[in-house]
Amino acid sequence: MIRFKVNGNEKTFDGDPDMPLLWYLRDVAQLTGTKFGCGMALCGACTVHQNGAAIRSCSTPMKEISGAEITTIEGIAPMHPVQEAWIEIRVPQCGYCQTGQIMQAIALLQENKNPSDQDIDTAMAGNLCRCGTYQRIRAAIHQAAKHQVARHEAAKETA
Amino acid sequence: MKLIENVSRHVSRRGFLQGALASGVFVLSARLVRDPLWAAEGESAAPPFEPSLWMSIASDGTVTIVAHRSEMGCGSRTALPLVVTDELDADWSKVKIEQAIGDPRYGEQDTDGSHSVRSGFDLMRQVGATGRVMLISAAAAQWGVSAKDCATEPHFVVHRSSGRKLGYGEVAAAAAKLPVPKKEDVPLKTRSEWRYIGKESNSLFDLPEIVTGKAIFGMDATMPGMVYASVEHPPVLGQKIKSYDDTAALKVTGVQKTLTIAAFKPPHVFQPLGGVAVIADNTYAAFTGRKNLKIEWDSSPHSVYNSTPFRKTLEDTSRQPCKVIRNVGDVDAVFVQSAKSGGKIIEAEYYAPHLAHASMEPPVAVAEYRDGKVLAWAPTQNPQAVQETIASLLGIKKEDVTCHVTLLGGGFGRKSKPDQVAEAAVLSKQLGKPVKVVWSREDDIHFDYFHSVAAMYMKAAVGTDGKPTAWLQRTVYPPIGSTFDTAAKYADDEMGLGWNNLPFDIANHRAENGPADYHVRIGWLRSVANIYHAFAISSFVDELAKAANKDSAQYLFDLVGPPRIVNLDLKGDEAEDAKNYPLDTARLRRVVEIVVERSGWGKGAMGLGKGRGMGIAAHRSFLTYVATVVEVEVDSKGQVHIPNVWTAVDAGTIVSPDNVRNQFEGAAVFGTSLALFGEITATNGAIDQSNFHNYQITRMNRAPRHVDVHIVKSEAPPAGVGEPGVPPFAPALYNAVFAATGKRVRELPLSKTKLV
Repeated sequence: MIRFKVNGNEKTFDGDPDMPLLWYLRDVAQLTGTKFGCGMALCGACTVHQNGAAIRSCSTPMKEISGAEITTIEGIAPMHPVQEAWIEIRVPQCGYCQTGQIMQAIALLQENKNPSDQDIDTAMAGNLCRCGTYQRIRAAIHQAAKHQVARHEAAKETA
Repeated sequence: MKLIENVSRHVSRRGFLQGALASGVFVLSARLVRDPLWAAEGESAAPPFEPSLWMSIASDGTVTIVAHRSEMGCGSRTALPLVVTDELDADWSKVKIEQAIGDPRYGEQDTDGSHSVRSGFDLMRQVGATGRVMLISAAAAQWGVSAKDCATEPHFVVHRSSGRKLGYGEVAAAAAKLPVPKKEDVPLKTRSEWRYIGKESNSLFDLPEIVTGKAIFGMDATMPGMVYASVEHPPVLGQKIKSYDDTAALKVTGVQKTLTIAAFKPPHVFQPLGGVAVIADNTYAAFTGRKNLKIEWDSSPHSVYNSTPFRKTLEDTSRQPCKVIRNVGDVDAVFVQSAKSGGKIIEAEYYAPHLAHASMEPPVAVAEYRDGKVLAWAPTQNPQAVQETIASLLGIKKEDVTCHVTLLGGGFGRKSKPDQVAEAAVLSKQLGKPVKVVWSREDDIHFDYFHSVAAMYMKAAVGTDGKPTAWLQRTVYPPIGSTFDTAAKYADDEMGLGWNNLPFDIANHRAENGPADYHVRIGWLRSVANIYHAFAISSFVDELAKAANKDSAQYLFDLVGPPRIVNLDLKGDEAEDAKNYPLDTARLRRVVEIVVERSGWGKGAMGLGKGRGMGIAAHRSFLTYVATVVEVEVDSKGQVHIPNVWTAVDAGTIVSPDNVRNQFEGAAVFGTSLALFGEITATNGAIDQSNFHNYQITRMNRAPRHVDVHIVKSEAPPAGVGEPGVPPFAPALYNAVFAATGKRVRELPLSKTKLV
């Protein structure tokens, strides 16, 4: 029996311990915001957070998440500055890869409050977008970084 | 479970629409329809105003607009309802969009060819404007005033002199009882009255759901009681199962059973390839079960397919006279004369390999066969093809196949072919329960309907001024027609894709097409044959410019020649298009001028150091004029970086400018993928590539750093925007590589050529 948390909720799993987390999330937990793209950690569509760090759920077997806190796009609430920026910049085309892109971007901004273009390229290189929205993704991450600073300042003033 | 509730609600709603409406593409039935399904769902108690197949207004003012085209990222699901909303003078925030099922009453629904807005614009205006007239009439009647004294403001009818107002929801029921006005009695807004069409503020309807993960793609569709299936297909087209052993597969936890799917009967069209399906409790078990199958396949005539010798065959054909597609003047006479007089003849050959679509969402579908009927949910570009394919395979009526369309996680032409939906239906019939078929990325790449492999031969005689006096072009490639007719060798229907419409001012010109056999399934990929045709033509223009020692942009501009309408002598649909969308070189000249100006062409080019350069190309496709300048930096390792791209586009009237910019930014990335990395090859009939490690698509760190898109303001009829950005990109990039390195590369992709 594997015990872990998904979006703050306690979960257990006693199926095939080699099942990738992706398929647990999608087929068992019905959390379909996390997408299947390649199954080999090559495209990033399946990106979720394990204890706050971005991971590829398609290549993370259930046996490796024992005790972990998993966050999926459904667990990002209320609207994160990254999601707000995605809407303002109007990033998506088809949208399929974007939840993975957003999860990767949130993880980046947790580590690096003000990433450079180079930082963004490095962090986002594992997330493919066949529609080709990279220019807007980069702009949206910069915008989200600004939003985060503004929120932080606002919070300080209130305090 | 929320998703299933949504699904069942959609099904009922569709039943309502289907039952309510008469036949015809554009039917304003305006009947007040009471439908038990509708009422049973606890929707608004008052019957909704249902003026057409396309739109309804509920008593609370909610306007529901049916999107009959598929959404794969190009924005048509937003754009067409925006047009209805504008002419209805409705408030977009009160609009809901419902995705149409496959139904011929919506007309053609194959969302391809960059023509959703082009084909739907006038119709959607008419739908909205008709509703507006009826709402005004109903309000006027209620007030006892003349409709002439009434106007609208968003979501209200207003009586001008008294200032009285009635909300659309308040008069919807009364409006529904009125006769539908004749088309000539329905005034359309003037352009200056548009509130949504052409406005910067438009954004995708589904944007909030996309960024929160709530948007439902085909991969996310479910049906109660469904099982999962993964299908092992024959590695070579046309192979059948000789024998198979599923012992190990059945031992995998979660695997329920295996089933076979019959091989297709040629031509393959959209039929399943055949194979062995593993049925399981979840996707992972189905995938794992498949890895444990042992299958022996029989032989196929397509096992002879090897990409390297096949290329030679195509090239050999291209060096011989082929079928004449377009002929102006007499190129042969000029070539003979030029040879005699010692004039300059320039020849070049270009090659482009197969490409795979590699949409981020692999093919997927869920379907249920029950009591002789099929219900399917799929990310399909073509729901009516789903109906036809399944009906034909299962021997049922097309009307007994209901196909719902989810959002598509990319399409690019692949999802016009519903073979995976047919697989789900065939398996469901065998199993007696709903089946979700999920293709892996490897399945997607191995079993695509591939963009064709092509060889082009170009020859020009040039005069003393460096301009061509004769221009011959030949293209040879397995045609898409082979998907529908095993004997098809010529690309007759594809010549409009950048081959029978050379827009240059050259007195003698001949375009030819040579025969080629197919050995894999050939299909449409974003901009289709325009990709290799523009690559050959625009590369050749640059070669001629350099041979003449002329500036490439000026040479291109001169070659386009004076502003004029080019007579193309076309037939059928193409002739019809040419009437409404004549090939106007003034528009082509304009986009070239714009990119030259915005890129700082000439000034910038001179300022660029060693290893840096700019290239230009212009191409009209899907009736849209595009010119692109690409700037490259080639580093000491020969790796190509793209700091800047400038694109100018004249697509006529635009509905959502920001979305159009997004399409062209994306086209530059799509173009980068095919220019730098894209190549599918076959060995003994089987595809060599399998996933993103050996079929690379552009990542952020190799994508153009900045793409500048300039949209020409135009009142011309709307033209395509999803595809036309792609064709000029690769040749502009290759021309830039020549400017940067002096190396002329004549084959795609660039990764096959060492630059240093």
